[in-house]
Amino acid sequence: MATTVRIEVGEHGPVPVLQDFFRKLLADESLSGIMIPVHLFGGGMPMPTLVTDPAQLDRADPLAPAFPMSSAKLVSRLSKGSAGERFAVVMRPCEIRAFMELVKLNQGSLEEVILIGMDCPGAYDNMHYRDFLGEREPMAASADFHKALAEGRKPASVELAGACKVCEHPAPQGTDIVVGLFGGDISSGIQIMAASPRGEALLGAMGLPPQEPDGKREAAVAALVSEREVARDAMYASVQERTSTLEKLAQYLGSCVNCYNCRVACPVCYCKECVFNTDVFEHKPWQYLDWAKRKGSLKLPTDTVFYHLTRMAHMSTACVGCGQCSNACPNGVEVVELFRTVAARTQKSFDYQPGLSLDQAPPLTVFREDEYQDTVSHLA
Amino acid sequence: MNQEFEPAILAFVCNWCTYTAADLAGTSRMVQQPNVRLVRMMCTGMVDPKYVIKALLSGADGVLVSGCHPGDCHYINGNYKARRRVKLLNEILPQFGIDERRLRLTWVGASEGNEFAATVNNFINEIRELGPLDVRGMAAL
Repeated sequence: MATTVRIEVGEHGPVPVLQDFFRKLLADESLSGIMIPVHLFGGGMPMPTLVTDPAQLDRADPLAPAFPMSSAKLVSRLSKGSAGERFAVVMRPCEIRAFMELVKLNQGSLEEVILIGMDCPGAYDNMHYRDFLGEREPMAASADFHKALAEGRKPASVELAGACKVCEHPAPQGTDIVVGLFGGDISSGIQIMAASPRGEALLGAMGLPPQEPDGKREAAVAALVSEREVARDAMYASVQERTSTLEKLAQYLGSCVNCYNCRVACPVCYCKECVFNTDVFEHKPWQYLDWAKRKGSLKLPTDTVFYHLTRMAHMSTACVGCGQCSNACPNGVEVVELFRTVAARTQKSFDYQPGLSLDQAPPLTVFREDEYQDTVSHLA
Repeated sequence: MNQEFEPAILAFVCNWCTYTAADLAGTSRMVQQPNVRLVRMMCTGMVDPKYVIKALLSGADGVLVSGCHPGDCHYINGNYKARRRVKLLNEILPQFGIDERRLRLTWVGASEGNEFAATVNNFINEIRELGPLDVRGMAAL
């Protein structure tokens, strides 16, 4: 049976206890480092940090409801090619799913990476995390956040990120070790589970007291998922209604300034050079005037709807719904809502669930001879 | 419908099969309506979804992608890849009100001049029936 252990949380709260757990884990001679969110400058945003010195885990805050970026692309950097040493990464479920997509696209490897997934109730976008924090000590605020959720209270007056409110994957899948936060009171204890033979070996060697699984976590996850699914379906319906024609779509994207931040922040947009940054879009002055004359007026910058539709075609089957596109948008375009709505349909049509299994090939990398006969027209 | 409306249709055809069929239809003096502009590609497998999207946003009322029959692709399997991409686009575009009949994929072999002429004529008639995909008034696309 899979190892499940319990770490007791004392008067100092869950964050120091988790730091201690990761310190012990890092002491395992098979691991050279651990990537984990760290408050490097006292307060402010915890950033993914590759820590090799256990002493420097004292500002690590894996419970922070902050999500400055998807670390999937960072882990891709760390694992594309060999480091010759093994390291662990602490990630949210959506980051893990994005990383799995990158692995399938040969942009990273699990070979030297131990995946540690945190149960994730959601996070604030960058602006709202600051509001959430206020003047508080960040690690105490993180503990308060989880305590409030466990007691069924709203942790702050600000809302969770839009993507998180409709996320139906709050529990990590496909990892080596799972840090379970759901279904228990994390101010008294946290359960940690091995989820693979590699995780089993690491966790088993730590000599922590075992815990009998009581099914509470599974029940809490199931309840949260069904709640989220209702919100998600309502979001799909709302976006579909608001973008049902090209004109409405253009209006939905009305404040987009073609900064392409959404693409930069997207963990599964992995092309080294995006066509929208190439000479193809270095239009000549006479072209702009020509287009303007044809329509009577031309919105500048051009190609906004074109850009978003193209990105939908390129990455929607791989979209894990992490919401970093919206987090990165300077003008409040509801990017993740739109992309998830489109992705729901494209992923369903190819019967594809991104990031859940390495055995499922990305839909546009494979084909079968006898498939999708309905797509072919017979017009003669 | 609109008697004045003349559809503009862009067709991405593969060099080895459908373009050759189009050539055959032409040299055989088959009557075709003049609403289609052909873009000769080496293979339908190189029709990036963005070509189709750009065509529709730039005033095409319909887009035809046409290549070799299954098993006949000059590059072994480009047409199968095209089929997945067209399927993908026909999941995305209709969400924004673009009727999926505006994007069609057909297989027309090199010797099928008749089929090419009929395909083109029938597609044009269908689009004429559907009416324009009017992007002309839209300053922001």
